[in-house]
Amino acid sequence: MDNEQRVKIAIVDYGLGNLFSIKRACEYVGMDTVISSDSKEILLSDAVILPGVGAFGDAMGSLRRLDLVSPLKETALSGKYMIGICLGMQLLMSESFEFGRHDGLDLVKGQVVRFNEPADGKRALKVPSVGWRKISITEAGASSGSPLYGIDNGSYMYFVHSFYVKPSDSSIATSISRYGDIEFVSSLREGNITGFQFHPERSANTGIQIYRNLKDIIRKHTKGIKDV
Amino acid sequence: MARSVRIIPRLDIKGPNLVKGIKFEGLRVLGKPEDFARYYYENGADELIYIDAVASLYERNSLVDIIEKTSRQIFIPLTVGGGLRTIDDIRTVLRMGADKVAINTAAIRRPELISEASRTFGSSTIVVSIEAIKRPDGVYEAYTEYGRERSGIDAVEWAVRAVKLGAGELMVTSIDREGTGSGFDTVLTSKIAALVPVPVIAGGGAGNTEDIFKAISEGKADAISVASMLHYNYFRHFKYEKSDFSSEGNIEFLKKGEVPAMVEDVSINDIKRYLFDLGICCRI
Repeated sequence: MDNEQRVKIAIVDYGLGNLFSIKRACEYVGMDTVISSDSKEILLSDAVILPGVGAFGDAMGSLRRLDLVSPLKETALSGKYMIGICLGMQLLMSESFEFGRHDGLDLVKGQVVRFNEPADGKRALKVPSVGWRKISITEAGASSGSPLYGIDNGSYMYFVHSFYVKPSDSSIATSISRYGDIEFVSSLREGNITGFQFHPERSANTGIQIYRNLKDIIRKHTKGIKDV
Repeated sequence: MARSVRIIPRLDIKGPNLVKGIKFEGLRVLGKPEDFARYYYENGADELIYIDAVASLYERNSLVDIIEKTSRQIFIPLTVGGGLRTIDDIRTVLRMGADKVAINTAAIRRPELISEASRTFGSSTIVVSIEAIKRPDGVYEAYTEYGRERSGIDAVEWAVRAVKLGAGELMVTSIDREGTGSGFDTVLTSKIAALVPVPVIAGGGAGNTEDIFKAISEGKADAISVASMLHYNYFRHFKYEKSDFSSEGNIEFLKKGEVPAMVEDVSINDIKRYLFDLGICCRI
């Protein structure tokens, strides 16, 4: 009967980001959603999505104003499945260098840095980087239990970003992508924490398959926690 | 590194119908926007743009229903424009499922709207749409109200200012070429692309695949908005129910069904394969 149990996912609303396309994608694959900035409601869900579009410093400022920093950290440390998307993934990191230095949630060790000019200086990169880029899926990413399990290597995903993450432990990368001559970690996973630099909810059928995977992973993960 | 470009069908909408004009005039009803959007989504569109063709004039926005309907089933980025005047207007369409908004008239009237909107929603959400006509003296002048009103503003200077104010992308349309199938104004797009760090979406004029290649190679565009070519391709090959549209508007074209000869009969995939063979990266 556990297969029938619906997954309830909280989408953190801190005033920024594309909450509604995430909500629609979750609903499309059969998850229940709640868009909320209320830490109690977030704690009651099976998993948490931290979305985000905009500037890192502003986003952390909003999370602080809404008193969400500690609850989010506690939620993640309690073992609840947490998904950061785009800026949401960057917020999971220790620190960012977007317009000065800012502390992140520090749930994943590492930094957020800006795209630089290409080393050969030939063609300046447009920033933000907007568009579809390939992900090359790492061994960790292709393993069962990864949200990218079963996704074709080299699939196209939709990106909008000016900054990218550099995790201290590069083995947590589930995919690598390339912009100009820069290779960067385009998704990662460390225990119950998962991040995507791209937008699976805007990446057509392949992205929707990632949401289906997430639903299955969260269902198993939640059951695992409850059984303990 | 090959350049990677996006092919973006543009759907101009009047009331409940998909319409297409020439230089934004003589709008013909082509069918239901939902049908076209669904087809483009399933056949390789990288994003979609919806423009409410009459909102600026009548101060209303009829798109909300259509956005709501499509966003539940279409999982690629959706940009919505036409008649958005305030932060609240923008919030409404984002809540309905749009990812980005395109603003023109309201931004020219009050440029601070760009900075307010990009602060509120993030600059990658704000596309400034620039619709220009080339004057006899060679200056490109920005127009508002779906090509009806002159602004007296130099479109190239305006592009630079709009990006400084926080535009995350620019959609640059040549009204002279719009709907004519006579090719993009690559001078206009390349002038702007050379001056701004953000992506430029070229619109207005796509008649064949070569035009699209030129908009990328000569026009330096990062993305291409295409309407007539794709709409008529769908129309030719998929004879959907002719009753599938509201009888509001000019439906003479639908009754006769004669497709204009000025645009090549190609699909999104045909366009992408052509570009790919010429060394341009795109999602295939």
